Amino acid sequence: MLNYIFKRMLSAIPFMFMVSLTVFILIQLPPGDFVDSYAAAAASSGETISPEKMADLRHQFGLDRHILIQYFYWIGGIVTGNFGYSFEWQSPVKDLVGERIGLTLILSVAAMLFTWALALPIGVYSAVKRYSIGDYFFTFVGFIGLAVPNFLLALVMMFIASKYYNQDVTGLFSPEFQSADWSLARVYDLMHHLWIPMIIMGAASSAGLIRILRANLIDQLYMPYVVTARSKGLSEVKLLIKYPVRIALNPFVSSIGWILPNLVSGAVIISIVLNLPTVGPMLYQSLMSQDIYLSGTILLVVCLLTVVGTLLSDILLVILDPRIRLEQ
Amino acid sequence: MVDTVNTSIQTPSSDIILDVRNLKTYFGTGDKAVKAVDDISFKMMRGKTLCIVGESGSGKSVTARSILQIVDPPGKIMGGDVLYYGKDPKGQNLAQLHERSKEIRSIRGHEISMIFQEPMTSLSPIHTIGNQIMETILLHQNVDKAEARARAIELLRRVEIPNPGVAIDKYTFEYSGGMRQRAMIAMSLACNPKILIADEPTTALDVTTQAEILALIKELQTSYGMAVLFITHDMGVVAEIADEIGVMQNGKMLEFGSAEQIFYEAKNPYTLQLIDSVRKLETSARAARGSRATDKKLMEIRGVSKIYPARSTFMGKANPPFKALDNVSLDVFEGENLGIVGESGSGKTTLGNCVIRVLSCSGGEVLFRMADGRITDLAKAKTGELRQVHREIRMVFQDPFASLNPRMTIGQIVGEPLLVAGTHTGEALRKRTEELLETVGIPGAAMERYPHAFSGGQRQRIGIARALALNPRLIIADEATSALDVTLRSQVLDLLLDLQDKLSLSFILVSHDIGVIRYFCDRVAVMYKGQVVEHGPAMKICSAPDHPYTKALISAVPGTHPRDKRIVNRHRYDAEAQASGIKLGGN
Amino acid sequence: MSEENKQETAQVNMANLRGGIEYASQWQLMWARFRKHRVAYASMVLVALLYVVAIFAEFLSPFSPEDPSSRTVYQPPQVLHFDGFKPYVNKFTLTRDPVTLAPTYVKTDEKTYLEFFAKGYEYKMLGIWETNLHLFGPKEQGEKMFLFGSDKLGRDMLSRVIFGARFTLSMGLIGVILSTVLGIALGGVSGYYGGKIDWAIQRLVEFILSLPTIPIWLALASALPRNWPPHLVYISVTVIISLIGWTHLARVIRGKFLAMRGEVFVIAAKLDGCSEARVIFRHMLPSMASHVIAAVTLAIPSMILAETTLSFLGLGLQPPAISWGVLLKDAQKISVISNAPWLFLPGVMVVISVLAMNFFGDGLRDAADPYSH
Repeated sequence: MLNYIFKRMLSAIPFMFMVSLTVFILIQLPPGDFVDSYAAAAASSGETISPEKMADLRHQFGLDRHILIQYFYWIGGIVTGNFGYSFEWQSPVKDLVGERIGLTLILSVAAMLFTWALALPIGVYSAVKRYSIGDYFFTFVGFIGLAVPNFLLALVMMFIASKYYNQDVTGLFSPEFQSADWSLARVYDLMHHLWIPMIIMGAASSAGLIRILRANLIDQLYMPYVVTARSKGLSEVKLLIKYPVRIALNPFVSSIGWILPNLVSGAVIISIVLNLPTVGPMLYQSLMSQDIYLSGTILLVVCLLTVVGTLLSDILLVILDPRIRLEQ
Repeated sequence: MVDTVNTSIQTPSSDIILDVRNLKTYFGTGDKAVKAVDDISFKMMRGKTLCIVGESGSGKSVTARSILQIVDPPGKIMGGDVLYYGKDPKGQNLAQLHERSKEIRSIRGHEISMIFQEPMTSLSPIHTIGNQIMETILLHQNVDKAEARARAIELLRRVEIPNPGVAIDKYTFEYSGGMRQRAMIAMSLACNPKILIADEPTTALDVTTQAEILALIKELQTSYGMAVLFITHDMGVVAEIADEIGVMQNGKMLEFGSAEQIFYEAKNPYTLQLIDSVRKLETSARAARGSRATDKKLMEIRGVSKIYPARSTFMGKANPPFKALDNVSLDVFEGENLGIVGESGSGKTTLGNCVIRVLSCSGGEVLFRMADGRITDLAKAKTGELRQVHREIRMVFQDPFASLNPRMTIGQIVGEPLLVAGTHTGEALRKRTEELLETVGIPGAAMERYPHAFSGGQRQRIGIARALALNPRLIIADEATSALDVTLRSQVLDLLLDLQDKLSLSFILVSHDIGVIRYFCDRVAVMYKGQVVEHGPAMKICSAPDHPYTKALISAVPGTHPRDKRIVNRHRYDAEAQASGIKLGGN
Repeated sequence: MSEENKQETAQVNMANLRGGIEYASQWQLMWARFRKHRVAYASMVLVALLYVVAIFAEFLSPFSPEDPSSRTVYQPPQVLHFDGFKPYVNKFTLTRDPVTLAPTYVKTDEKTYLEFFAKGYEYKMLGIWETNLHLFGPKEQGEKMFLFGSDKLGRDMLSRVIFGARFTLSMGLIGVILSTVLGIALGGVSGYYGGKIDWAIQRLVEFILSLPTIPIWLALASALPRNWPPHLVYISVTVIISLIGWTHLARVIRGKFLAMRGEVFVIAAKLDGCSEARVIFRHMLPSMASHVIAAVTLAIPSMILAETTLSFLGLGLQPPAISWGVLLKDAQKISVISNAPWLFLPGVMVVISVLAMNFFGDGLRDAADPYSH
């Protein structure tokens, strides 16, 4: 099995290379470059920048080199821990995104756990009590959960909190902790703010996961091996947990592979709406200003998070399912 | 009728272990309820085997499950009593217990245990065999885990699983089909039950494996002193093991009696029909009708092989190349019916598919003499040539439900080959299609209907009509009758023989069923592990075979006479196959 | 013909008398199953209505969506009343808070009567003939009413929501058509030919599926030149959305093709002498069509959500184009929505349409394949 895990990790390398190439193409797509948008911004405030100065800037940022060379410089830097320099912020990308990536990760993982914690009991309930009032209720709520765009849910939560509770749900920290150093009090403060974005992000993926789990479990509930277990004299609850739920858990665990990209996606937009100090607003800003090393780094990290998610789900599945473990 | 039958068995009441009275199990309620079990009564004797026999949909399986109250919803016991005399001499009414109560659970797996048709799906795929056997032991007996494990190993040894100490930690998919059923039996024996309910336990198995399992059940029954309730559709199996027999149809018990009574003095016409349709397949229709085989060669199969190349998996383990067909040579003569018989994995279906080029051969030649005298090698024919040949060689498929396009009317289906060949169009096409349908006993007026309006037997006829459309000279029938109930089986075979009398046709019949082969074929080729081990005249192969594998195969076929229990005296073949039945390497 | 054969012939004749379902094609059976599913059936009607609204936006909207008025900024929705059979709304008058100068609206007893087929602004019906007829509007031409309230420029939200339906819903449909073409082409090739092509396409699909969609959309959308005209932006945003969306469809179609390729009736068709094209178009595609239609219906909602999200962030359609996402952009600031919560109405419309399409698609899928979940 270790062998498998090792090989699976190796196979992620060409994948990551593809990701980096895609990201690089994406950030190079817009017409013009940072110097152009810098000049445009300067022009709107009445300054003019001479062509010589622009050429100079281009040279300084390495933007005048061949595109492939730029790519290899970029990727080479990233491999050695140098993520480049943000033109706009005039500081190394690493310093800018460090904490934001951490917070994105915390938020996504929290939302993931919330999704599972919500989906597992409801999914099992809905499958076992199929066509009961409770099942219809959850199915309906689930449909609505799938139909409400993430950002709308965030807006509505914001509206309700401010209108009826007179509370501000934006941000991840209270003002006094905004730029404070990490401390226990700051962690506590984070926990306090984390739950609203967590619920918003988790809502849609829970709805999706409940549907999947319910369908899987219903398939399993009438399998012959359940009848066998019943004929042994096992009680219904024990039987349910040991056989169908346990087997329906496999697709559940592998759901990490597609839920994580969704959550990371959702985190970006919710962070923009709720103004959370994650990579979302910064990605948006850097894409707008063509600050390519910053946007490139964020895109790359966000994509790699999901690659890691898929990797984890594959490995977990191998541990959980002897059929895959022994037949691979 | 039931009452008269019951009184005809005079037994002291202390010998009764289970008394089922007026049992009713319905699916759904009200007028629309399906009466799966409709007022059934029977008694089971201690240490005896009761067979309930019936075709699909007769309610035999639901009857068995009703006893333990494990009928799948929406099925529900609507009335009647199931009196169990194993614990309480006054009898305990199982039908009165709540289906989730402690009382019924202490009966299940402990007093009455059950084995099922599909051991693969009836065992959990992600728990080890040992885990599942120990579960029963721990559930009903006051022992610790180590003791339970020791007992589980002992049970596996008892059901003749090699190397039980290792096998106990294996998963279901690492066992072979027969071994899985043995493990299932071991599990059911875990608490020395007084009744074993076996629900079609051998239906999914090959005939030689079936014989092994039947012998094992019989032997265990004597040594454990269990009563066995055996559910089956196969009269042959019934003849081998039954002490008493109940015949079911449409939820009713038509006839109940001792094995001798049913087999030799049956009164009910349905019972007689069941027995007759099996006995019919012990004769040869070819001999009765007179064979039309000639010595003109129609097809020559020369050294055909089909090899699936080695494939390395992601883990780097390479599967060795698999020889599905290994240098097979056979001749087919004009007007002849050639049977190809073998067990699952023998390569018989692959051979059928290679001959008609649904699969391409890895080597060898399939020489076919066309109507105009040309000889074509199907193994190498190009698309255009192949299309020509496919007008003369046609195929009838196993599954009558899957082989007809559900989105076309049966007229369109039968007319399709005529249409694409361009031989008939418009009114002529309609006429010819109608004619073809009528040839196989389907009224031409039904041609506007879709396949879902027809029963399995009728669909198989439609498939035959399609095969006949272009006046073929050779028809390959791949297990064409095995999806049908036994009473329909001989009807379809008779239809094919009728057609052969009218049209000049040859058949290659691929089947696992010796009875079908004996009834239908002039010559038989026996396949084993991709090779033809023996071929010759059907009557000789089916009565006095030479090859030890054929001997084992033929002797494992259940007979139809309870006085002559052949399986006990069967010929066993290949100790090496038995030893390698379970893969202990874990790959 | 033997005795038993005659028996069976008789059985068929019996079935003949029953009539009906024996002659129903798979499509008819599917339709019958679908109609039994009431929620799905109602949803289908609703979806059809929504698209009718999108097509006849000019006729259905009482006012021009671009008609501003400084005296009706953020006016709350007026409630429809009936005076006998005559519908009316109460007029609002604008007053300003003497201290903060914030506008407040006070309901008065004055009534604005409404009528059907009222005259309003001029437009071309379906782009063909000119008219000024609207389904309903104030009796007196020139009077105003705001059933959905008004926005920051005093424009009628109801009319804007109706026009928004046109962009959002059409984008969903066109996006899904593009996705379907891509999905059928690549999924079909992958499933039918198998082998190396299949391997390559599958890796591509996996790759795209594993990317987080929204950041990729953002990156793609931000690459569009800001000064492009609305119709070019519309087309490019649609293309961007479907570039990501085709993967799911390709998976469904490939899976179906693979399953179908091994179906016995397809093998039978090949042995019947059917050409490759006939096998695909006569035998395989009709059997897949219902599944594909269901999958396509279920893909529209994600397209709509994508458009809404992008436009909301200002990366999709830009004003003066009107889509539900563009309208929701106005609802971004908490200070605005706490005073004018009716700006959420386009969001409600998004939820309703997505909900209806999901129910509709689910019903279709269940009807197409009653044995799967």
